[in-house]
Amino acid sequence: MKNSILIYLLVAAGVTYLIRALPMTLIRKNIKSRFIRSFLCYVPYVTLAVMTFPAVLFETASIVSAAAGFCVAVLIAYLDGNLFKVVLGGCSVVFLVELFLV
Amino acid sequence: MKHKENKKWFLLGLKHGIPIGIGYFAVAFTLGITAKNIGLTPGQAAAASFLMHASAGEFAAFKVIAANAGYVEMVLQELIINLRYLLMSCALTQKVPEKTNPVHRFLVSYFITDEIFGISSTVEGDLNPFYNYGAACVASPGWVLGTFLGALTGNILPANVASALNLALYGMFIAIIIPPARKNRVIAAIVLVSMLASSLFAWVATFIPVSSGLRIILLTVLIAGIAAWLHPIEEGGEKDEE
Repeated sequence: MKNSILIYLLVAAGVTYLIRALPMTLIRKNIKSRFIRSFLCYVPYVTLAVMTFPAVLFETASIVSAAAGFCVAVLIAYLDGNLFKVVLGGCSVVFLVELFLV
Repeated sequence: MKHKENKKWFLLGLKHGIPIGIGYFAVAFTLGITAKNIGLTPGQAAAASFLMHASAGEFAAFKVIAANAGYVEMVLQELIINLRYLLMSCALTQKVPEKTNPVHRFLVSYFITDEIFGISSTVEGDLNPFYNYGAACVASPGWVLGTFLGALTGNILPANVASALNLALYGMFIAIIIPPARKNRVIAAIVLVSMLASSLFAWVATFIPVSSGLRIILLTVLIAGIAAWLHPIEEGGEKDEE
């Protein structure tokens, strides 16, 4: 039983690491194609935006507190941009809204 | 000189890694509870977190273990759920200098998580691997320790605290994508379209099951592809075009 859990974890970790390491170790040169460079440059913004919304709405105890936290986080990020303030502001708003709501 | 430069980047990574570590702790705690529920020991749960550093990937792995499914199933699950890291790794290859030592490439790869990728892919100019190490030094212990304690104690965080902390990682993503969107209209449009398309896809997924991993890859390839075709970045430099 214990053995097989170890193998399970090693298989999962091996696949995950290969996915992460193959491009990084195989692509050593700066890519010349303007299209591919542009594409890769835009990848982070699409990926992170897709992962954030709408998933964020369903992560807290209520969709209202999540929406409020999301809006405040976007606002702070737009006005100030400081990572710590954005996270702290977003979490605090969720906490406060749930205090009055739930 | 070089040493001083590395140290500067390492310290900056440490600083940026703090909110990641806190967010990780909260998420990993929940992950640890899941691990406990399927019968893993705290040690096994922590090992899973140290070996993988992947939230969705680990949840999936626990499900496969709980179902006592085959190893092939594990490979396929992880492949689909974690394939986005392939794209992230590709994107990072263009941020690290060409001459970067392979050892650094292997190490940086180990810590390509959504969040560390987020902060490191958007640093100005070239990426120094020590920035990633700095971030990993705070983020990874948060992740591993959170899993361990979650599996050890079960559900002890007050519900409202846990709920509020769940926003932390999303807050981080927002802090990464919004400031560049303010400066660059193309990125602003990309962020907006991505969120709308993602909502549409999530709605469709209630009828036709599409895993969230697959959804992320499909939308990333599609939207980043269209954006690159319509608005290629300026030759020989930065993406700020305004």
